[in-house]
Amino acid sequence: MSASLIPFAVLATSLIPAVVIFFLPDDATRIRTTLNLGGAAAKVALVAALIPAAVDGERFEWRSAFVPGVDLVLRVEPFALYFLALSSVLWLVTTIYAVGYFRDTPGRSRFFGFFSLCVVATTGIALAGNPVTFVIFYELLTLVTYPLVVHERSAAAIAGARTYLVHTLIGGVPLLIGVVWLTERVGSIDFADRGSDAMTQFAAREPVTATAIFVLILAGLAVKAALIPVHGWLPRAMVAPAPVSALLHAVAVVKAGVFGIVLLVDYTYGVDVAERLGVLTPLAVLASATIVYGSVMALRQDGIKARLAYSTVSQVAYVTLGVAVVSATATTGGIAHIVNQGLMKITMFFCAGLFAVVLGITRISDLDGVGRRMPVTSAAFTVAAVGMIGIPPMAGFLSKWYLAVGSVEAGQPWVLGVLVASSLLNAAYFFPIVHRLWWKTGDHGRVAGIEAPPSLLVPAAVTAVATVVVGLVAGWIYSPLNLARIITEGIYGL
Amino acid sequence: MTSLLPAFVVVPALVATLVAMIPRIGAVAAGATALAGVVAAVALTLRVSADGPVDVALGGWAEPVGIALRADGLSAAFVLFTAVVVLVVTVFASGSSAARGTPFFWALSLALWSGLNAVYVAADLFNTYVALELVTVAAVGCVALGGRSAAAPALRYLLVAVAGSLWFLLAVGLLYARTGTLSLRLALDVLRDPTDDGALVATVLILATVGLALKSALVPLHAWLPPAHAGAPAAVSPLMSAVVIKASIFVLYRLWTSLPADAATTSLAVLVGAVGSVAVLWGSLAALRQARLKRVVAYSTVAQVGYFVLLLPLVVPALRPEADDAARAVAELAVQGTVAMVAAHALAKSAMFMAAGCLLHARGTDEIAALRGAVVTNPGAVLAFGVAGVALAGLPPALAFSGKWQLLTAVLESGQWWWLIALLGGGLLTAAYTVRVLAVFVAERETGTENTPVPVRMTAATLVTAVAAGIAGVASAGWLATTTVGVF
Amino acid sequence: MTRPEWFVALGLLVFALGSVRLLFVRDTVTRLVALNIAGAGVFLVLIALAARTDPPDPVLHALVLTGIVIAVSVTGLGLVLIRRSDDGADESRDGDAP
Repeated sequence: MSASLIPFAVLATSLIPAVVIFFLPDDATRIRTTLNLGGAAAKVALVAALIPAAVDGERFEWRSAFVPGVDLVLRVEPFALYFLALSSVLWLVTTIYAVGYFRDTPGRSRFFGFFSLCVVATTGIALAGNPVTFVIFYELLTLVTYPLVVHERSAAAIAGARTYLVHTLIGGVPLLIGVVWLTERVGSIDFADRGSDAMTQFAAREPVTATAIFVLILAGLAVKAALIPVHGWLPRAMVAPAPVSALLHAVAVVKAGVFGIVLLVDYTYGVDVAERLGVLTPLAVLASATIVYGSVMALRQDGIKARLAYSTVSQVAYVTLGVAVVSATATTGGIAHIVNQGLMKITMFFCAGLFAVVLGITRISDLDGVGRRMPVTSAAFTVAAVGMIGIPPMAGFLSKWYLAVGSVEAGQPWVLGVLVASSLLNAAYFFPIVHRLWWKTGDHGRVAGIEAPPSLLVPAAVTAVATVVVGLVAGWIYSPLNLARIITEGIYGL
Repeated sequence: MTSLLPAFVVVPALVATLVAMIPRIGAVAAGATALAGVVAAVALTLRVSADGPVDVALGGWAEPVGIALRADGLSAAFVLFTAVVVLVVTVFASGSSAARGTPFFWALSLALWSGLNAVYVAADLFNTYVALELVTVAAVGCVALGGRSAAAPALRYLLVAVAGSLWFLLAVGLLYARTGTLSLRLALDVLRDPTDDGALVATVLILATVGLALKSALVPLHAWLPPAHAGAPAAVSPLMSAVVIKASIFVLYRLWTSLPADAATTSLAVLVGAVGSVAVLWGSLAALRQARLKRVVAYSTVAQVGYFVLLLPLVVPALRPEADDAARAVAELAVQGTVAMVAAHALAKSAMFMAAGCLLHARGTDEIAALRGAVVTNPGAVLAFGVAGVALAGLPPALAFSGKWQLLTAVLESGQWWWLIALLGGGLLTAAYTVRVLAVFVAERETGTENTPVPVRMTAATLVTAVAAGIAGVASAGWLATTTVGVF
Repeated sequence: MTRPEWFVALGLLVFALGSVRLLFVRDTVTRLVALNIAGAGVFLVLIALAARTDPPDPVLHALVLTGIVIAVSVTGLGLVLIRRSDDGADESRDGDAP
């Protein structure tokens, strides 16, 4: 009985703070911060405790009726915990960052209330046990991120938020109709490691309908996952404050989209069924096109956040690529990249926020010589950039390596070309920044003592160190790479 | 419970009389009655789901001589959400006398509630007709509480509603002339062979549908609604859009689910569904162009009524003589989905109008442009409006999402794909006009805008209703199943 | 056609005339009268339907009586509203009440 409440408890760690925070006045900083950090820490602790059990094979499930015949399901299993571990750890550091970033600004209770609700939605997405539950929390995420994007209430923020909503709400339409159609044809199926038998039979019986449903659901997921051509909201959501960008790009929204794609291909249809329907190669092509397009567009941006946004578009598509290439190695690389990219990208967004807050810098061309003035921040950025480019022994290298090996295994060597090209492009748009930071000179004044408020600096340093550590401990059983390997074994039935 | 059924009609009427004589106790009496009403409605729902429909013959006189009352799953559902809306609006209205218009608000709203319950539990068409008239008169009175400027919209509403009743009366007369009974159940026995009476059934349905469409403001017969609902006092508008409209919708459902169907009826149902789809589009587009908040919400109601009539084409195939289990399954899904949407609309629309009322109280006007920056001065009302709009759009975890899910499943199973456009597109349009308004609320406030504090209970009632509409979708599976008990 | 059928047709005609007038006229008193005429048409139809049996059907007559009562009350209400709106038309027309 109590075991079924565990998924619920995980949700509660961010739901309870959310509800309470809405009623707090703006200057109740101490209570609010305690609630936020307490909830975040509790969630991290819960997840850490659950991972060993899940790796050993234990599963926890909570069910409740949604409509007659269809249930809501929350389940704890490796892939869910993997995503949850990423989001809960990053929530913790982003909370610390956000508390510092928004010090003494108006509307904090409103912000942190919706911030916590955003985490609730992400947790629900991670724990979703069937397509219906996934859709519910996925759409909820859209709704609770809108107030975050619009937080500064400027005309630009309102316009950017409107673009975001238009994209995500319209994207919700094919997603909903796809899932309803699927449930109507196949019945209410739960996510299962290799897809369910009912799904396999359905795909054999009605391949055209199954393909149509796949395309519909993918279209809905593609918006949040920022696949071309529906990625346009992401660069335009840059008007959001830095902690929000960090959350959107590294933790919640984009990851939710790509998490959903993995669930669709591997846990709803099953990789064999998807391959037989012939949808995986087009998906691989789409992902590759996104990778290249994102990198090319990144090259042309002078705004720091804009370049990072297009980089996200490109990098997140690696995960989709990993899922679309039918090889355990490639999929492991793709899934591992969920964590790697998350850590690296959030570091970079933290640094971008630091540059803006401390020195008022938002353009790359203004970054000359900043390394002297803000060494820790610049070092963190450099570490993350090196990881993004994929230089060993960084974790970013490992995920790209696995993708490369896997694509050869699967008999699709053209993917190698895409990977090499994108790594070169990554270098092309990250190296100039690193170069400017350290090798150019610029006058940014002197400061005695620490270069930036610790609440902003420490999270950036922590995530930068994490990107290095993750690469070094790749052999540890609970490392992201190994967890990705375990998850993939489940997917391929190895 | 059998003795409790008449209480739904009689108690509010008695309290209304009492309150008319002693206006001072209005708020307390109405509040107590409303609370009791919600408890009784829940009890009724539980009873119907456990033991099936409840039948009461008043005074022991059996049909067709006596007045019979009947509560099945559909009735119980409508009674329940009406009671909830009455409760929250009562709390809201007790916060501000301007929201009420005049002290007669209490008596009139209770009389209105009594009439609505009478519509829901009536077992024959005569009672239904009388109850509908009661509702009309009470509702017109409520609208007229808005003072001199509300008299013209109230008059227009009166003329249209009574005209609608005449069409309905004609239909009832025709049906009685052929079947010799005013009870729908007994009429069905007589009409078993539709090939003989197909023309009659079609005529009856056409007449009744036109009349009820006038009363429900189905496009293109909707022009009376926006001025009436927007011109009413702040506590009356939620009642009008959320529950008064539902009375004629209920009767529409009753008629269409009780009479046998044939090819003509099916075509008629598809026609009505098509009109409904147009209504969804028309109302939403009009809502996007309004400059005043209450008008936006009123046109939103016009759009939502279009959804409600989508039930007809989905349910009619199950009433044909050759109907199979699949058609019946579709019909059950369709009823569950539509009732969920009707109830969700009741909650969300009352929350929207109450939010507009709060903002009106705070800023003295409901011109959208004058409400800039309301997110800082009235965060509760703005949040409520946003949540209610989202709930209306059918986004999870709202009750309307469950409704939409069931309706989408019904549409897919029945193969009538074209309704998808209205169902899916309507939600997007609802989101559009909600966000348009929200964007103004969120923008920077101009300095110097006056702001009167809003009584806490008004904001609280609004917020609670909006949140209820917004999250009820995840816990309503059991309730959805009860809505179809005894309907077919 | 038999007599009742003639009267049904006549009643429908009166109903139609009243309804059309109600739809297209601007003056409120005229509209109220038109509504009453439409009502009279419906009552005529019901009475004619009742006359098809011998003795006439009492239930339909009851419907008509109820209808007449309702029509009278509604007319009274309508006249009060007309009076108020005429008075209100002198003041500025705002449209939305508090």
